[in-house]
Amino acid sequence: MTEEGSPGADLGDALIRARGLTKRFGEFVAVDGIDVEVRRGEAFGFLGPNGAGKSSTMRMIGCVSPRSGGELTVLGLDPRTDAARIKARLGVVPQRDTLDEELTVLENLVVYARYFGLPRSVARARAAELLAFAQLTERAESLVEPLSGGMKRRLTIARSLVNSPEILLLDEPTTGLDPQARHLLWDRLFRLKRQGVTLVLTTHYMDEAEQLCDRLVVMDDGRIVAEGSPRALVERWCTREVVELRFPDEDHAPFAAKVGGLADRIETLPDRLLLYVDDGEAVAEAVHLRGLRPMSALVRRGTLEDVFLRLTGRSLVD
Amino acid sequence: MPSTSPSAPVDTLTARGPGADRWSFARLGSAVGLRGPLRAFGYWLVSYRRTWRGTVVSSFLSPLLYLGAMGFGLGTLVDGNDAGGRLDGVPYAAFLAPGVLAATAMQTAVGESTYPVMGAMKWHRQYHAMLAAPLGVVDLLLGHLAFVLFRVLVSAVGFVLVGAVLGAFTSPWVLAAIPVTLLCGAAHASPVMAYAVRQEGDGGFTVLFRFGLVPMFLFAGTFFPVDQLPAVLRPLAWATPLWHATTLCRGLSLGGLDALPAAGHLGYLALWAAAGLWLALRCYRRRLLP
Repeated sequence: MTEEGSPGADLGDALIRARGLTKRFGEFVAVDGIDVEVRRGEAFGFLGPNGAGKSSTMRMIGCVSPRSGGELTVLGLDPRTDAARIKARLGVVPQRDTLDEELTVLENLVVYARYFGLPRSVARARAAELLAFAQLTERAESLVEPLSGGMKRRLTIARSLVNSPEILLLDEPTTGLDPQARHLLWDRLFRLKRQGVTLVLTTHYMDEAEQLCDRLVVMDDGRIVAEGSPRALVERWCTREVVELRFPDEDHAPFAAKVGGLADRIETLPDRLLLYVDDGEAVAEAVHLRGLRPMSALVRRGTLEDVFLRLTGRSLVD
Repeated sequence: MPSTSPSAPVDTLTARGPGADRWSFARLGSAVGLRGPLRAFGYWLVSYRRTWRGTVVSSFLSPLLYLGAMGFGLGTLVDGNDAGGRLDGVPYAAFLAPGVLAATAMQTAVGESTYPVMGAMKWHRQYHAMLAAPLGVVDLLLGHLAFVLFRVLVSAVGFVLVGAVLGAFTSPWVLAAIPVTLLCGAAHASPVMAYAVRQEGDGGFTVLFRFGLVPMFLFAGTFFPVDQLPAVLRPLAWATPLWHATTLCRGLSLGGLDALPAAGHLGYLALWAAAGLWLALRCYRRRLLP
């Protein structure tokens, strides 16, 4: 796409811009006036638990859910009036696969390419490229139904690329996949990013957000509660290290009192205590010196999970 | 590989590839704004390549069985009865065949707009795949309806050919009944699509078949003239779109169709098709673009 003359040119490099974006379903407010800006070439994430409003936001960006209020432009265009033109330049990986399981892998790609108006010959050539990219060339003639979850997901991603999209929307791309399949998928997404495709993804996995996102917003209850790069968010809202203490007791609250003063902040979870500190080893030792004998004492780095806990008082994954 | 370079193989802004216009059918379609529906229709054709065998029985064999058992079997009793002689002055099979033609159009149309529509919405989710691409709700509704009518057309042509060979159709005017079956299909399919896209399970279809389809098939003129019904029930039969389609098909096949009533029947079917389409569009929008 050339900048000049393209409808998104006057936006600078903001490909998606939302101001006070709101989505209501009857009385229920799913997205509560969020401001978001996604720039060309970055990997942008919406991190939050289920029901935080991430998918609703994605659906509004993908032009399949009209907004209830606020402003939204995608590629400089308004989804209300220019849905087809926007969608021609988007790739969409939905939360639930929409592959046709009774068609072959190759047919799925060709059929989808036809939706974008690609002639059959171009669609076939493009499908071959994308199969190689998704490491599915050998399964081209196989029906989709017997493929593994990871393969289906890769096929969905390959399919979303038939139109050489400028923005790729990924809604929970690796939910339900085993660790190996997830890493394979992340690797493909990295490649896309290197090729200049702007990635916008939702996830409730903090490791996925840390792996993939240049910048992210943390969502809770339809609102954005924090924004920044994963590293900046951890630095801003968390300490360098975290000590996790598990005691052989149902109730961890009394132990929180006994380790008082050792940490900047202490979180009491049902099954463990989290001590937010700068030097984890030293604090673990100090705990020991106080005569406390936890079942386990784990020292780890602060993560986005801790950021979320700090900001909302709740865990990302229940 | 995906890139944002200007050399991308497709002008994604207009979503048209180089050479897209080579296919003249596509060119014709885009000229009248049917490019989107044609793309959606294309999917259903590809999908049908995998499933057509199973539809041969339902849409082709079973109407022939009705014609055989009722028209030629039971028909000998009807034609040989002592009371009033032949129905409409023709062999019963010739009376029945255009009725089965219209009823098959109804059944194929309803069959193709129930489970496949709910499936495309809830199970296989083809509608959602299309919507993520640059197709709109209108495109996928019209594309799917076009496929339903394609199925109606194929089974109607097949039935007319075999019926003619068996001697149940004798006038070449029966060919004019084929477009009528398409209108009959649209009149039934579009309101049923509106209904089907809203269903959460198939319980609603059982109700539709039991209290809609089967009574229409039995009492709206397929097997005997509606005049035979008790006077209080006749208006119910007249209100069904199937009776109008049957009357048209029978009039064309046996002759004796007057222009004014024919226009009325056509208009009534067109009204059902148009109102159904309007309703379907509303229901599709509500379900697919929440």
